[in-house]
Amino acid sequence: MTQFSFLNLVREAFGGQRGWREQWRSPAPQAAYEVVIIGAGGHGLATAYYLAKEHGVRRVAVLEKGWLGGGNTGRNTTIIRSNYLWKESEAIYEHALKLWETLSRELNYNVMYSPRGVMMLAHNVHDVQVFKRHVHANRLAGIDNEWLTLEQAKEFCPILNISGDIRYPILGAALQRRGGTARHDAVAWAYARGASALGVDIIQNCEVTAIRRNVAGAVEAVETTRGTIRTRKVGVVAAGHTSVILAMAGVRMPLESYPLQALVSEPVKPIMPCVVMSNTIHAYMSQSDKGELVIGAGTDAYISYSQTGGLHITTHTLDAVCELFPVVRRLRMLRNWGGIVDVTPDRSPIIGKTPVEGLYVNCGWGTGGFKATPGSGHVFAASMAGDDPHPIAAPFSLERFTTGRLIDEAAAAAVAH
Amino acid sequence: MLLIRCPHCEMERPEIEFRYAGEAHIVRPPDPAAVSDEAWADYLYMRANPKGLHAERWRHIHGCGRFFNAVRHTVTDKILKTYKAGEPKPDLGAFATSADR
Ligand SMILES: Cc1cc2nc3c(=O)[nH]c(=O)nc-3n(C[C@H](O)[C@H](O)[C@H](O)COP(=O)(O)OP(=O)(O)OC[C@H]3O[C@@H](n4cnc5c(N)ncnc54)[C@H](O)[C@@H]3O)c2cc1C
Ligand SMILES: [Zn+2]
Repeated sequence: MTQFSFLNLVREAFGGQRGWREQWRSPAPQAAYEVVIIGAGGHGLATAYYLAKEHGVRRVAVLEKGWLGGGNTGRNTTIIRSNYLWKESEAIYEHALKLWETLSRELNYNVMYSPRGVMMLAHNVHDVQVFKRHVHANRLAGIDNEWLTLEQAKEFCPILNISGDIRYPILGAALQRRGGTARHDAVAWAYARGASALGVDIIQNCEVTAIRRNVAGAVEAVETTRGTIRTRKVGVVAAGHTSVILAMAGVRMPLESYPLQALVSEPVKPIMPCVVMSNTIHAYMSQSDKGELVIGAGTDAYISYSQTGGLHITTHTLDAVCELFPVVRRLRMLRNWGGIVDVTPDRSPIIGKTPVEGLYVNCGWGTGGFKATPGSGHVFAASMAGDDPHPIAAPFSLERFTTGRLIDEAAAAAVAH
Repeated sequence: MLLIRCPHCEMERPEIEFRYAGEAHIVRPPDPAAVSDEAWADYLYMRANPKGLHAERWRHIHGCGRFFNAVRHTVTDKILKTYKAGEPKPDLGAFATSADR
């Protein structure tokens, strides 16, 4: 693997960029692996990378039914923050945020992590109280999050409409300055390249169709569209399709899969220095380095694997965006799309063992797991390599739905990007 | 946006008149204290979430206000049948061939 460096970039610039090689190998699947990861999204690829890098597990395959990064990893609006309410959530999202800060260096790949600040708008008394509660909880955990008055919010994002005449006037905001965005594709590519260099086989166009178990009930192989692959450890990291894959092993999951949509506008000059979120009126917006406004909408009401979503959902979000940012009213939208997100009852992820021996799962990230990609892969790899879960992952066990120890981020933010 | 036929109003109406209410035919254990934690968790939280045919509850909230059930294919979103709450769960297998086309 060629290291990226200033010298390389200059050399290639003068050589017509013809010297670059492919960034990861595309081998045929082997007959057996120590670990098989199902799903080459950011979380699956990060898991494979850390398994190889930190736990010395080299015979790892990542199986992907489509192309790597083609799931929610390549479809999300890339908002990164760690100002969640409960200490279990603070621990995992902050673990991820710390990894984001050095990820480009770690992977020798520019993932364009940009801590430009994430501002969450409050539109009613309930929002104000909830956000202030978050600010205080986060302060106790040493996580930055601050309360902004209306005027301070306007100063931080000058195109914001703080007039009292709109349908849902803004009352104030919570700001996490270390929050921001990163380039989603680059994250998938960087982990793929890093994992491949450590010996991980990334196998695209390879759909898992069955999970085979031995007489004792333990995992012994997966059936795929490219043949049988023997393994005693399977990690399912398949976002919206998790229920479908776990059903192959007879495991029922506390998940529902919903379409979630996003859209981008035509590119314009820089007008937005930060990320703005409004959970209350379902609008999320930032500006990409290309100049497009990246806009996130809400989920459809019903479960679906259609990967599209209803037009009235995006219309609802655009109505909100036009009120919050009147300057964008005449922009045209270039593209819109949907991803299928796996939502848990408490809106927190599930990381760890399943009742089936050798079968592990990392799912339930729902509408907000991009921000967790490095941390999720890191703690899941440790949980799969050892016998015990990583301490940060431990509270996110599947058993919590039986014991009742839920980590209820749902109550605080109905839509948790 | 879906067009949904309310079996009470006997009319096709736009989705925004309705509220989705999750998987249908989940029966609350008659004596919660008598079931195991696993069975209670299954009732509360575990869902079929199938990629395919799904029997689900809807409520005609901005119409007659009543609950009913629908069989919908979760890939095409096509609704194959709606029926009143209390009626038995239809045989999903019988729909499979027509829905997969
Ligand atoms: C529109 C939208 C906006 C979002 N905005 C944000 C945001 O701003 N901030 C944030 O933090 N999060 C956001 N999210 C959520 C975030 O995208 C996800 O939580 C995260 O990307 C999940 O990553 P993953 O690697 O687990 O899943 P994915 O990237 O979906 O990867 C799963 C992979 O599994 C593969 N797969 C499925 N079934 C099989 C099979 N049988 N065999 C082989 N492979 C299979 C799929 O093809 C897919 O590539 C958003 C999501 C969407 C859809
Ligand atoms: Zn009706």
